[in-house]
Amino acid sequence: MKPFLEVKNLSVSFPTEDGLVKASNDISFSVSRGETLAVVGESGSGKSVTSLAVMGLHNRKSAIITGQAILNLNSGPVDTISAPEEVVRKLRGKSMAMIFQDPMSALHPYYTIGDQLSEAWRLYNEGSKAAGIKRATEMLDLVGIPAAAKRVREYPHQFSGGMRQRVMIAMALINNPSLLIADEPTTALDVTVQSQILQLLRDMQKEFNMAVILITHDLGVVAEVADRACVMYAGKIVEQSNIEEIYYKPDHPYTIGLLNSIPRLDQIEGRRLQAIPGQPPSLISLPAGCAFQPRCTYSHLVPGNLCRTQVPDLNEKFAGHFSRCHLTEAQLIEARKSVGGQL
Amino acid sequence: MTEPILKLEGLKKYFDSTTGGAFSKKKVVVKAVDGVDLEIFPGETVGLVGESGCGKTTVGRTILKLYEPSEGKIIFEGQDITDLSRKQMKPLRSQMQMIFQDPFASLNPRQTVGALVGATFDIQGITPPGGVKKEVERLMERVGLNPEHVNRYPHEFSGGQRQRIGVARAIALKPKLIVADEPVSALDVSIQAQVVNLLDDLQQEFDMAYLFVAHDLSVVQHISDRVVVMYLGKVMEEADKKDLFASPRHPYTKALLSAVPVPDPIKGRARERIILQGDLPSPVNPPPGCVFHTRCWKVQDKCRTEVPEFLQISARHRIACHFPEPAA
Repeated sequence: MKPFLEVKNLSVSFPTEDGLVKASNDISFSVSRGETLAVVGESGSGKSVTSLAVMGLHNRKSAIITGQAILNLNSGPVDTISAPEEVVRKLRGKSMAMIFQDPMSALHPYYTIGDQLSEAWRLYNEGSKAAGIKRATEMLDLVGIPAAAKRVREYPHQFSGGMRQRVMIAMALINNPSLLIADEPTTALDVTVQSQILQLLRDMQKEFNMAVILITHDLGVVAEVADRACVMYAGKIVEQSNIEEIYYKPDHPYTIGLLNSIPRLDQIEGRRLQAIPGQPPSLISLPAGCAFQPRCTYSHLVPGNLCRTQVPDLNEKFAGHFSRCHLTEAQLIEARKSVGGQL
Repeated sequence: MTEPILKLEGLKKYFDSTTGGAFSKKKVVVKAVDGVDLEIFPGETVGLVGESGCGKTTVGRTILKLYEPSEGKIIFEGQDITDLSRKQMKPLRSQMQMIFQDPFASLNPRQTVGALVGATFDIQGITPPGGVKKEVERLMERVGLNPEHVNRYPHEFSGGQRQRIGVARAIALKPKLIVADEPVSALDVSIQAQVVNLLDDLQQEFDMAYLFVAHDLSVVQHISDRVVVMYLGKVMEEADKKDLFASPRHPYTKALLSAVPVPDPIKGRARERIILQGDLPSPVNPPPGCVFHTRCWKVQDKCRTEVPEFLQISARHRIACHFPEPAA
């Protein structure tokens, strides 16, 4: 069976006065139903831009988008990049849905939760307003909001941050979508509430058999919920693999650097954090070769000026494990040894 | 035994607020900090953790008297500073400094780095050996900024660099205590590690004490010697880092630690997780008895009515709980 979403060579750039911002560059990945793909990266790495393109949420006049994002629907494949906006709009909220980091700004403050949820449902279902409210109440109940029948009549400001994120999830799932994109869904939440929401997302994925794309910068969250991960840097995927290999056998110096730079609760004995030196490049003037080269600890191992002059390809070094690096496997094994005591 | 550089005794900070709509306004009191005892010794790092609204930031700000305490005592180097006026505080400010969370909001956009960092000397009327300009350049170099950029404005720097400017400003007068309020939470992970390492190095070099206020337990665990866990304005548990993380005795601490995602797919998924129900109650109307009882999985009748005392359970471990977890 084909994956539900296939993204092929997707690039998004924005013309600005200072030059062309290449926000995401030649991105390819796929997600199947029942699977969670994490897209990991720091601010400006292009993770949100990519997912907004899949959802057809960029202004087609201000963004230059190339490539494909194919949804394999029961009725046949649709490319959300090239399909008319009308068609894409009718897929949003029905076949694909999205939840955002800040649940407060994503809900309308003047309408009750019930009104907002039932509006989402009635867009795609024949039914009275009362039927919509009934469906909204069922969804609130499903996502674990206590006293759903009463709370469906309340306004967003009457809900806490965690409860609002539950409302957003209920709204996203009300039409039973096949793809859910969650953009930093727990970043604004406290850690005890975060674990509630992650548990809910896991339960909902099982319940609805969805393909889930989880966008996050938190390597801890990725380890807990994802099946596969794409690591992005400066608009490109630098590594893509199943989750175990990302953590135990990382194949790109940036991934290795990220794992080394985070403090970890499972290692109480203080080791010095190994920070990645420098900072990410400007997306307007990317380095000529590998975008990570100026910060890479290992690029001197590559003979000649290869890292500085030639952009490495995304190679499948092992089955299902892609990485974009000039280093040989032997050199990477050496580099991987720095990852704190896991290997 | 050395004297603590800072001592808080029963510190309380209440804010007046209003509730209700435009037509039914009622005055209420937000008990942001409700009786906190704390000691910080020279050269050590105390991590102050808790979820949003637990009062950790208010504690930090009240220590520096950016807020006037409502009750309790603040003792800095043996001197009671609770009731000192702004003017009386001024000479002490060279000894206690703050690093703020948001490196965008905490730097005046119209001043150059030179002016921002140099202002600390002017305010205190101190002329460093070699002059202010020279000293500012030396400080910039020390925190990892290019001293040639002394005439640049904050917007010309990245988030991480801006936080370095904040650090340079805080260490300029070689204070004995720095209150760092979420100093790395606005930064990307790869940059976060750079700033954490910088703070580590500077502490060794200048022998400063840190009060490190943060919600990220992994960072706090990394940087602290001792950790204080707050919930709804009160301290729940306090212990040496190793003790607290290896053997948390308060149910809240245990739940909090278990909720932190571990960046290891096998270990992370295998570990025991305690998922707390519900949300933090409002500090306007905190629950009677133990403030944590509404979310605690070990709650008993006693917890609903009796406030647990903050008691010593071993030499350097204190908790406020009627039914603590057994020692691991």
